[in-house]
Amino acid sequence: MRSLPKPILLAGFMVLLFLYLPVIILIGFSFNASTMGVAWKGFSVQWYENLLADPSIVEATLNSLIIALISTALSLLLGLGAAIGLEKRRGLRASCMNTLILLPLVIPEILMGVALLMLFVMLQVPLGFGSIIIGHMVFNLPLTVVILRARLRKFNPAWEDAARDLGATSWNVLTSITLPMLRPAIVGAALLSFTVSLDDFVVTFFVAGPGSTTLPLKVFSMIKTGITPEVNALSAILVVVSMAFVGLSWLFQQEVPSSFLKNDSSS
Amino acid sequence: MIHPPNPIMRLFFALVLLVAGSQFVGCSEPSSPEPSRKAGPQKLYYFTWSDYVDSKIMADFEASRGVQVVVDTFSSNEELLAKIQAGMTGYDVVVPSDFMAGIMGRLGLLAELDLSRIPNVQELEKHLAQLPFDPTQKFSIPYLWGTVGIGYNAKVISEVPTTWNVLWNPEYSGRISMLNDQREVFGLALRALGYSLNSRDRQAIQEAKDRLINQKPLVKVYTSEQFDQLLVSGDVVLAHAWGGPVARAMREDSSIRYAIPEEGGTIWADCMAVLATSKNKMLAMDFINYLLSEKVALQTSQRLLFASANRHVRHQLPPEIRNNIAVYPPDEVLSRMEWMEDVQEAIREYDRAWTELKVH
Amino acid sequence: MNHLSSQSLPVSVISTFWLALFFLLIFFFLPLLVVFGVSFASRGLYGGVEWILTWDNYRRLADPLIGVIFFRSLIFAAMTTMVCAIIGFPLAYVVARVSPGWQLVWLTLVMIPFWTNFLVRTYAWILILRADGLVNGFLLTLGIQSEPLSLLFTDFAVALGLIYGYLPFMVLPLIVAIERISPRLEEAASDLYASRGAMFRYVVLPLSKPGFMAGGVLVFIPSLGAFITPYILGGGQKMMIGTLIQQEFLVSRDWPFGSALSFGLMGTALILWFLVNRTSLGKNVT
Repeated sequence: MRSLPKPILLAGFMVLLFLYLPVIILIGFSFNASTMGVAWKGFSVQWYENLLADPSIVEATLNSLIIALISTALSLLLGLGAAIGLEKRRGLRASCMNTLILLPLVIPEILMGVALLMLFVMLQVPLGFGSIIIGHMVFNLPLTVVILRARLRKFNPAWEDAARDLGATSWNVLTSITLPMLRPAIVGAALLSFTVSLDDFVVTFFVAGPGSTTLPLKVFSMIKTGITPEVNALSAILVVVSMAFVGLSWLFQQEVPSSFLKNDSSS
Repeated sequence: MIHPPNPIMRLFFALVLLVAGSQFVGCSEPSSPEPSRKAGPQKLYYFTWSDYVDSKIMADFEASRGVQVVVDTFSSNEELLAKIQAGMTGYDVVVPSDFMAGIMGRLGLLAELDLSRIPNVQELEKHLAQLPFDPTQKFSIPYLWGTVGIGYNAKVISEVPTTWNVLWNPEYSGRISMLNDQREVFGLALRALGYSLNSRDRQAIQEAKDRLINQKPLVKVYTSEQFDQLLVSGDVVLAHAWGGPVARAMREDSSIRYAIPEEGGTIWADCMAVLATSKNKMLAMDFINYLLSEKVALQTSQRLLFASANRHVRHQLPPEIRNNIAVYPPDEVLSRMEWMEDVQEAIREYDRAWTELKVH
Repeated sequence: MNHLSSQSLPVSVISTFWLALFFLLIFFFLPLLVVFGVSFASRGLYGGVEWILTWDNYRRLADPLIGVIFFRSLIFAAMTTMVCAIIGFPLAYVVARVSPGWQLVWLTLVMIPFWTNFLVRTYAWILILRADGLVNGFLLTLGIQSEPLSLLFTDFAVALGLIYGYLPFMVLPLIVAIERISPRLEEAASDLYASRGAMFRYVVLPLSKPGFMAGGVLVFIPSLGAFITPYILGGGQKMMIGTLIQQEFLVSRDWPFGSALSFGLMGTALILWFLVNRTSLGKNVT
């Protein structure tokens, strides 16, 4: 393999640095003992301690976790059916449905936020946990479908045919062949949906109700009121947690039993 | 249902269904708190200005009544009304400014208060006891009051500002901040032009709008919440400001000062009210009474540096707070201040003009 | 594969399939329909919606001031997309071409900011750009400046925030596209005595087009409707479509006008998406 040209390597590295620099700075300053400005006044974890002592932060965290858990699970449930169902169908009708299911990923978030808000107001649905979960599912469902289908597409249908030939019911085929093969994608989709839900801001901003503040909403109101070191600490936590989840999801999806794959040079 | 083959996944789904079930049982979402249904303590939903939140005062109330106070904040009256109209009806206590309390009362959004539950209403400051929009405290009770003026950095601004026009001075371009508040910003421009800040005259409003558009290139930021920080950090040297945050900034940096221009400006009183849709009206009224009580009002004024509506607080405060014009406006200034009122139909003019200003 | 009969799938799968579609029907299409409907209504005196149908809201869209906002948002989005393409390409090339042992590392490193909290990543720039922030601290300490630079709440800050926020959306599709280019083509080019520059210009870049298309859409559309970045870094000053929509809904309470604006935004986004999809270059890179 040719070695990479030095200038490209350098440029690539610098861009990567650009991506991570603000985050590193953020995390760094969350440990800064100084209350104002950027002069380094010594290492301190007091901002993290303040966060843990603040009941509204703890509540926002719990809210975020519960909402993420529920929206991920429901998206996964519906997404499995959608992905498998779509994969089996072909033709114009199917590709239309495919486009329709993926549409929420393309629509600007703010539009989704105001649209859902108006729907809830018209239907007189009180804003709260339910409205947020629904809002998150509108995005998580297509996301789950995309990830599951990416994996399903590589799946060699010969396995399912063989099982059916051997007398397996469609239910058996599903549980003994399709689902186990999908497992890394399921876990990957779950982790990613969870992270997206945890981090969502725009849609949540519009459809959250009284007392259903999530972590990103809390960060936002803290930013608006003024930059305090607690904001840095909270932001740092959010970022690190996301990183952990995404890293896990990604690594999990790398496990690919080759026997399940088609013999395909593009894999 | 699809049974996940993996026992861990099975556990995961069971856990999720359990949590989901507990949330959805009886449609008990936190936006409609019912004391008998939820296992936890009764919750009181408090929607107030971001400047008015003090955790210790909340904690004391929570401890004394065994309830939990859940706080959300807003940064302008319009935002408050917008959120209520957008279906955030789960709040119990809200804190609109004077004119907005009047509007909300007229729109039927506020509950009628049972003043026998709020005895501290007897302790109001004289000039707050019979405000025009609600002279008998039928649906609102004054809580904190003050003025709108100019917060400035005395190190940079050598002369005390005596006119709003200092905010148009190109020498300070890029270091001026204005409130992100439609009525306040237009009120300022109208007063600077010699009109009333409640003007309904289309001509006057357009004139004000033109002046504000001229000013825009000089303005660094329109913010109702960050100007105190910006004054301290030096990003801004002249700020259109509520008094309280400037007083707090003064604590950090003694070269920050407050001035009320000669043209005069807004005198305001933020009022506590109970939403008509509240499910905890009794507790809400107790909370209002609590916040208005002498001891709590004193603490509030000392920590937040806003003048209290409770008249017994004033002489108990240390002189540096009592005599700080950012907190308590001196009597000679009061005569040139104006209360904000509902401008009724003319609000459409203001709305259009504000959008135009922001869009420029 | 021919269209298989639905009997090959268990009932539970079929029912969740239709349930999923039903869910999206109610909570995706219906809300958009509501937006469309409300865009023809009128605003009540104190806000809220009065069902007096009118073209007024769309007429206001034609107002030059609103046109300026759309235009400004388009410019920002276009610029963001271009800069992301320019600086994203070297990174994508490195990740695509690096030895397999390193690839997972680089790929994971690039993926992670992709999904971390957008709000927080944007907020980090406030710390850097403030008058007492990192950049100014740097410049002042080294004596390069005597007064702090006013970097925050400027167009520059918003542009920087947008580029930073959406860069991963460009890099990832580019990586996928570049990986598809067989390295042998590059070898062949150098065997035929092409310089490095020429090789990039005539081989790699043209063949990366699908990546640029997909990445372009993934950056342009969200940055067109961007709300967080101009709100936090823009200081309530320069309106963009996203912040204007937010203002109309949550401050000015002119829902009909806000709906018309939203629909205008969606129209623009959809047209772009279909244009790219039609060329079927962006299709396989999801």
